[in-house]
Amino acid sequence: MNNSLFGTPLLPLAVVIPLIAAIVSLLLTSPRARSITGIGFATLLLFALAPWLWHTPGADLPTSVRYALGGWGAPLGIDLHLDGFATVLLLSTAALVLVLSIYSAFYFAGQSQAARFWPLWWMLVAGLNGVFLAADAFNVYVLLEIIGLASVALVALAGTREACTAALRYALVGLLGSLCYLLGVALLYRHYGTLDFAQLADLAQADPLTWAALALVTAGLLLKTALLPLHFWLPSAHANAPAPVSAVLSALVVKASFYLIARYWLDILSPAVTDLGSMLLGLLGAVAVIWGCVAAFRAHRLKLLVAYSTVAQLGYLFLLFPLAASGTDTHMALEAVVYFIVAHALAKAAMFLAAGNILRACGHDDIARLRGVAGQQPASLFIFAIAGVSLIGLPPSGGFIAKWLLLNTAISSGQWWWAVVVLCGGLLAALYIFKVLNLAFVRVDLPSGQIPQPVSAPTHAGMTLCAFALAIGAVALGFSAEWLVTLLDAGSSVTTFSQGAGT
Amino acid sequence: MFREMSPSFTDTHASTLPRVARVLVASVITAGGAALLLATLRTDKAPPELAVLVSEQLATSGVENPVTAVLLNFRSYDTLLEIAVLLIVAIAMQPHASSQPRIVAPSTNNESATNLVLTSLLRWLIPLSVLVGGYLLWTGAYAPGGAFQAGAVLAAAGVALALTERYQFGWQSAGAQWLISAGLAIFIATGIVSGMVTGTFLQYPVTYAATLILVVEIAATVSIAAILLQLFTRLARADVTSPHTSGASS
Amino acid sequence: MTPDIIYSGAGMVVFAMGLYGVIASAHILRKLVAINIMGIGVFMLLIATAHHDTLIDPVPHAMVLTGIVVAVAGTALCLWLAVVIRGLEHDAASHPSQ
Repeated sequence: MNNSLFGTPLLPLAVVIPLIAAIVSLLLTSPRARSITGIGFATLLLFALAPWLWHTPGADLPTSVRYALGGWGAPLGIDLHLDGFATVLLLSTAALVLVLSIYSAFYFAGQSQAARFWPLWWMLVAGLNGVFLAADAFNVYVLLEIIGLASVALVALAGTREACTAALRYALVGLLGSLCYLLGVALLYRHYGTLDFAQLADLAQADPLTWAALALVTAGLLLKTALLPLHFWLPSAHANAPAPVSAVLSALVVKASFYLIARYWLDILSPAVTDLGSMLLGLLGAVAVIWGCVAAFRAHRLKLLVAYSTVAQLGYLFLLFPLAASGTDTHMALEAVVYFIVAHALAKAAMFLAAGNILRACGHDDIARLRGVAGQQPASLFIFAIAGVSLIGLPPSGGFIAKWLLLNTAISSGQWWWAVVVLCGGLLAALYIFKVLNLAFVRVDLPSGQIPQPVSAPTHAGMTLCAFALAIGAVALGFSAEWLVTLLDAGSSVTTFSQGAGT
Repeated sequence: MFREMSPSFTDTHASTLPRVARVLVASVITAGGAALLLATLRTDKAPPELAVLVSEQLATSGVENPVTAVLLNFRSYDTLLEIAVLLIVAIAMQPHASSQPRIVAPSTNNESATNLVLTSLLRWLIPLSVLVGGYLLWTGAYAPGGAFQAGAVLAAAGVALALTERYQFGWQSAGAQWLISAGLAIFIATGIVSGMVTGTFLQYPVTYAATLILVVEIAATVSIAAILLQLFTRLARADVTSPHTSGASS
Repeated sequence: MTPDIIYSGAGMVVFAMGLYGVIASAHILRKLVAINIMGIGVFMLLIATAHHDTLIDPVPHAMVLTGIVVAVAGTALCLWLAVVIRGLEHDAASHPSQ
């Protein structure tokens, strides 16, 4: 209830601004007005959150901030909670949403889906920001449904049979995951009599019911994060959605449920976490890295390749749990993983936009038929290559720093085998990225009469620029490591709930 | 075991899984369920501290029914987001085409107006539903009832109207958009305005809490009724049409 | 205590039955019904949790009400997608050139 603390009066704006944007864009009738207000609201959101950007060098930031909605305060009311981890994700979301909104304004220009795209888009943003700020177990359930249903509706906007089938499967998986999570929350409430994260963190102990609740919560969230055996729905949903939707799904939506898993395992229910469980999550992550790369290499469609690459990249995130379990390096491991999340979000969004531009220009994204496409689409291929550099983890890029931090943590915690996984993953990623680039930059000597296919829909220069900005951001992140780490340190660590933040 | 999970539309009884896999799934779920059951039964319920807290603060909430107090004051943020969930689905199911009646009000189609029993029954049923809906909305402050129950009853009245096939609803008219978004819009507006007075988003001044909650509930009832009715009519009328042509059939 | 055991236990059994139904049945309507059954299992457990000897805890009741609305929304979206897919399949069948 420290509502007087710096920045807090504005905290609910992170959720309220997108909700208002959703209503306004629903009520507007002119397509142009909808796009312009969309970009306007995205700018407003970034500026509302910007104080945290500007104040980071000073050390006067509180480690964590709580906001009691309705003035009641937990456990009676619902609190919002902000710390370094949440700040980094909120700011990345706001920045990405601005770029993707500009891209979408061009992408959906003149299309009838735009009328439904904008309100759904803003609902999704509200859900994402809500999850990053959440401090209440049941509130998270409602927010997960907002994210899940809005994502499903956005995937279905593509309107093709493949997209709708993928969306339906995504919806079923999402509902299943939410219900597992809800059962876990019901058990926690029965056991501890509170839904507030800080109180749960204080009360939690290692006993069978807490293990059961943790297992259910984790199972539900893993379904939504698409960790390896539960990833089956992701490639088709991410590959068949419209380009800006694919970008936000891979860059942010799967990260929201990962963020919650990290909260539950490292903080809220940490007393119930066992080394075996952490090891298991890490192992699944390692298998996901390898298997995702192999599946990406074998994919026939460009967007499917990018989607399988997301499965692989999500695997790295789960190395957090065994690395953090060693105790001494929790903070270092978290730093590496948060860095990884931001780097992957930028690179993957850039890559999906580039793939979307290629798909739109060529009318297909069949990899075998993309031979020599660099001649027609040099800009998109260039963006694909830059984003690829970050995904592989070559210097200088955000991906390189992220992997370097992961390697460091793995070695200093004496778990060198995870370092092997990180290195192998990088090599395998190089294989599928270079497979595409190799094909695309082949010089094709077309027999006379076989001219390159006519461009089916011209891509606006603005769309290329947006993708380019994201790709540059992914590389630039490699030069601004200091800034991101400071921002994260403002919240000292992920374990702000159990450090008495609730007082 | 989840690998496929692709829904089928043809065979109602078939399973995607072979028999062995089904037995395996069943035994895994049984074992997990048994472990869960055992863990639950061996752990005591937490003392109802939160319930005590609710009853202590009930007097300052503006309503007398504790469930309504939780839904619309203590945990009103959840309810606000719950209305957003409904709105998302309503938006997702909206038709594209704009060649539609400009009004929300049902437009009549006299050709199928043949079922005398149904229409005369509706003459009694519709006003009664509106009355019951209004009562449920009002009584929510004191006893079980509230916005969702009232909205559901009103929507049921609309469904009865739609079933006569005498009426069509123009869901992409501007009026319909206002109707379905009014609940969320007024909820947020109330939260912001009261936040300007008290300093905290969604914190109602104690003296006005009852009025503000009633305003929010009325708006929510209207929107919930409109959204539920829209969900029903869109599904009932959709039949076999693609999303690109479905606008013409609603 | 005994009614609590019966209601909580039954809630979990219902949840487990729904979970089996979601995984084992193929038809979309069966899957959807199974998901709703899972939801009802959780709601039963919550209602049982709300019951104390001296008083009733309203918070789980509010959670159940919210949960019902969310379940309605999710079910409607799934049904809508199923209808749209049927429509697209129908279109594809009637225009094989596409």
